[in-house]
Amino acid sequence: MTVAVLNIDWQTLADATGLGAIYALMAVGIGLVFGVLRLVNFAYGQLVMAGAYALAFASEHGWSLWVGIPLCFAVVVTLSMLMDRIVFRPLRTQSPAVMLVATFAVAFLLQSIALLWFGPLGKIASSLATLNQPVTVSGVDIRKIAIVAIGLGALCLLALVLLLGRTRVGLHMRAAAMDFRTAELLGVRAGRVIGAAVVISGVLAAIVAVMLTVQNPLVTPDFALRDTILVLAGVVLGGMNRLVPATLGGFAIGFASGLLGGALPTNQSQYLPSFLFAAVILVLLFRPGGLFTREGQQAVERV
Amino acid sequence: MSTPLLAIEGLEVRHGAVTAVHGLSLEVDRGEIVGLIGPNGAGKSSTLHAIMGAVRPAAGDVRVRGESVVGKRPEEVARQGVALVPEGRRIFAELSVEENLKLGLAGRRTRDGADDDFARVYELFPAVRESLRRKAGTLSGGQQQQLAIARALVADPEVLLLDEPSLGLAPRMVDVVFETLVTIRDRGLAVLLVEQRAQRTVALADRSHVLANGQQRLTLGPESADDTAALVSAYMA
Repeated sequence: MTVAVLNIDWQTLADATGLGAIYALMAVGIGLVFGVLRLVNFAYGQLVMAGAYALAFASEHGWSLWVGIPLCFAVVVTLSMLMDRIVFRPLRTQSPAVMLVATFAVAFLLQSIALLWFGPLGKIASSLATLNQPVTVSGVDIRKIAIVAIGLGALCLLALVLLLGRTRVGLHMRAAAMDFRTAELLGVRAGRVIGAAVVISGVLAAIVAVMLTVQNPLVTPDFALRDTILVLAGVVLGGMNRLVPATLGGFAIGFASGLLGGALPTNQSQYLPSFLFAAVILVLLFRPGGLFTREGQQAVERV
Repeated sequence: MSTPLLAIEGLEVRHGAVTAVHGLSLEVDRGEIVGLIGPNGAGKSSTLHAIMGAVRPAAGDVRVRGESVVGKRPEEVARQGVALVPEGRRIFAELSVEENLKLGLAGRRTRDGADDDFARVYELFPAVRESLRRKAGTLSGGQQQQLAIARALVADPEVLLLDEPSLGLAPRMVDVVFETLVTIRDRGLAVLLVEQRAQRTVALADRSHVLANGQQRLTLGPESADDTAALVSAYMA
C-alpha cells in the first residue's frame, strides 16, 4: 500500500460518483425484489448483460439509439418477468437457500446461453461512445458519462421515492416488504406488488446496461458479473433489509471502487477487489446489521 | 330463513398431524356479535385463518352470503367484504398512522364512499385522527388496537373478525374496545369475536361458542355470563 500514491483529482472524483450512482441503481433493483420476495437475485447481473447484448446487437446492425435503447428495455424487462414467472414463482414457498441456489443456476444458464449465441469474444456496443468524451467544467475535464450517470441516477432515485412514497402501489410494496402476510390479509394483491417490483427492477437493470456499455463497450458473457458481486457486497454492507441503507451501500462500494481504481497505480489495480472485499469483511465484523442501519433497527430476516 | 352473512359448517383445520379445529359450525348474521372463546390452543385463531383463506381447511365449508370462499386467497376473501383484526394487531410500525389506514382501502370492493368511511372511523376513534402523521409504532398499545380496528373498518366490511383484541391492553382500553364493538354491531356488521376474556365476551355477544381442543363444547347466551360453573366445566371438559 505504501507505493500507492493517492492522486485523487476532480476527474477521478466525478468518475467515482458516477460509478457509485450506477451501483446504487443496481442495489435498488436487487433490494426491491428482495423486499417483496425475500429473494437475493444473484442473476441480476445477467439481466444487465442481456441488455448490453441488445445494445451491441443494435449497434452491430447500425440501428439508431432510438431503436437500440427501447430494444434493451424490452429485452431486460421481459427477461426479468420471465425469470419470475418460470423460476421464482414456482419456488416461492421454498426456503431462501433454495431460492438463492436457483438464482445462481439462472445466472450461469444465462451466461452459457450468451456464450453459445454470441461467442466468447464479445460484441461491441458503441452507439453511445461519444459520452466517453470529456467536457470542461470550470477548467476540469469530466467525462460526459459521469455527469449523465450522476444525473440519471439521481433522477431514478427521486422517481422511486415518489413512486414508493406517494402512490398506492408504492404503499402496498412497502407494506408487503415489511409484513407480506398481513398485507395480503388486508387485501393487498400479492401478484400486483411482486409484478411491480419485478418490472421496476428490470427497468433499472436496463438503465444500468445502457450506462455500463458506455464505460465498457465490449460485451462478453461475463458482462456486469463483477459489478453484481460488488453491488451484492455493497447491499449487505449497507443493510439488506432496507432499501435506503442498501442503496447507500451500493453507492458506497461503487464510489470506493471508482476512487481506488483511479488512485491505485495501474500495476496494482488488480488488487482492487481484494481491498474492497477486505473492507466489507471488516465492516461486517463490527456492524453485522449493516453500515447504514441505525442501532436496534435491524429487522430480523423473516423466513 | 335467509342465508346468514357468514356461515361455517363442519370446519376442520389441520396443521400437519395436529387437528387444530374439529367439526366447528357457526353462523353470524348482520347486527350480531358471536363470541368464540376457549383456552390457548383451542383452535380459535386457526378458525379465523381458515375463514380468511390463510390456511386451507381439511374439511368443511366457509360461506359468505351463501357463497363458499374455501380455496380463495386472503386478498380475495378480503374483497368479499370480510376484514380481520389480526392477533397482536399487526400494524405496520414504520408506516404512518394514515398510511396504515390507507392500507385498509386495499380490501374495498369499490372506492366509492371511502371518504365517508374515513369520517365514520375518525368519529369512532378520535385518537387515531389526532395522530395521522405519527409513525404507528409510536402509538400506545390501546391506540394501536384502535388503529388495527380502524384499518379493518376502512375496508367497508360486512363481516368483521377480531382475534383477541383485548390482548395486552389496560382494563380501561379493554372497555373502549368492547364498547366500540357494540357500535360496530349496531351499524349492521356481523362480528365474530375471538377472545380469552370469556366472561366479558359471553356478556357482550349474542351467543358464544366455547372451543376446547378444537372441538365445540358449548354455546352460551349473554344470560349465562354469571354462570361461572358452566364456563369452567366447558373449559375443563
